[in-house]
Amino acid sequence: MKALLSFLAVIVLILIATLGVDVANLHFLFGIIIPYLAFVMFVGGFVYRVLKWGRSPVPFRIPTTCGQQKSLPWIKQAKIENPTTNLGVVVRMASEIFFFRSLFRNTKTELRVGADGPKLSYGSAKWLWVGSLVFHWSFLIIIVRHLRFFLEPVPYFVQIADSIDGMLQIGLPPIYLTDLFFLLAVTFLFLRRIVIPQVKYISLAADYFPLFMIMSIAISGMLMRYYYRIDIVAVKELALGLVQLHPVIPVGIGAIFYIHLFLICILFAYFPTSKLMHMGGIFLSPTRNMKNNNRMVRHINPWNPELEYHTYEHYEDEFREKMKKAGIPVEKE
Amino acid sequence: MYKGGKIIVGLVIFLAFLTFPFFYNMGKANAGPENLDANLKQAADSQCVEPADYMRNNHMQLLNQWRQAYVRDGLTEYTNSQGKTFEINIDTCTKCHSTGAASNTSGVSNPAVNEVGVSNPAVNTSDQFCVSCHDYASVKPTCWSCHSEPGGATK
Repeated sequence: MKALLSFLAVIVLILIATLGVDVANLHFLFGIIIPYLAFVMFVGGFVYRVLKWGRSPVPFRIPTTCGQQKSLPWIKQAKIENPTTNLGVVVRMASEIFFFRSLFRNTKTELRVGADGPKLSYGSAKWLWVGSLVFHWSFLIIIVRHLRFFLEPVPYFVQIADSIDGMLQIGLPPIYLTDLFFLLAVTFLFLRRIVIPQVKYISLAADYFPLFMIMSIAISGMLMRYYYRIDIVAVKELALGLVQLHPVIPVGIGAIFYIHLFLICILFAYFPTSKLMHMGGIFLSPTRNMKNNNRMVRHINPWNPELEYHTYEHYEDEFREKMKKAGIPVEKE
Repeated sequence: MYKGGKIIVGLVIFLAFLTFPFFYNMGKANAGPENLDANLKQAADSQCVEPADYMRNNHMQLLNQWRQAYVRDGLTEYTNSQGKTFEINIDTCTKCHSTGAASNTSGVSNPAVNEVGVSNPAVNTSDQFCVSCHDYASVKPTCWSCHSEPGGATK
């Protein structure tokens, strides 16, 4: 039901773009106003969310560790799994961001009923890790490839990404490897939510919607490249106009392009309000980005109130004369 | 804010990535590739192999089809959607979209290679017709991985 609703929402969005461009001729709205609006909402929302997170104190050292803590010199410390230095944390975060290290440790739990009663067993579960890795890296390369529409002249790294991605030279224009990987991975991530009962149970509409959005963006993009071809030169003129702040609407770009663009805009505008914010959130995960130096450094709770203390020093200053008269020993004469 | 410095540095880097295209293209004119029509040697009302709109979007497909027809099926003529026939040859293209003054008399003129202002169609004064759009869209035609480039012998 949740999946169906999300799917319908995406279909409605596609219809809106199709009707808006083909019937109502709102090219200006769909080609210029909505993209700018989406960009502003994305940047504004993203910055707002991150700054809001930044205002939450993290009073305790709460890194989750899975290695030997720094201890006596003859006990070997796990310097990355249980970091006490900045370098350790940087390596740990990098492996998290680039290779999804904690997802690599994903396990599955099963209750198996055997001859001698039920038995709880744990096993490694790498498929989610593989799927996510393929998905995210393909996504990144696809975004880099798209820079060819936004940059003129096209920088070398974009051309390289493009030619490596299309190196198999199957068909014309050549099929991009990342297109295939991306579609496979996103299908896997979707099927996983439908097929595994436990995952299905915890999946919300907010999980399905971005998946369907991303899937339809990929499919519309692939359709545009491999089937309903459009005038790429006109598309680049539109894209360059947007980033040069002199927007133009070239004539003769097919509706499929506006569908693709509209879905991307909606995804970007939706981004800061959704689970997709894990893009920024991963950097701010206290269980990952903190050093485990609980006992090496004194950590003071940032919301401790300012208290006035009356120390013994002050006490003595106040009563020194009286103390001397009464014969009580004082520290300072 | 806690750890404000680091968070703001992170956000600034993020924004730098996002706004990179805005700064990269700042102050440049949004000059598309040269207008192909300006290079046409034929009268303006003559039609291309297929209608211009179709050609603009699908010329690669047609060239692929031509290669298949010529190399594998041994056909030398192509009949278009209006029943008109054309010789399957790159010369059919260059007859109109050609390379004018720069045309190479000793052999095939080279529509896809341009020695002048290669990566910058804005300053490209050549009338060579593949290259300006293909550079602009960063699409490398694979023609020259089989066909020898004109002037290739001197390389």
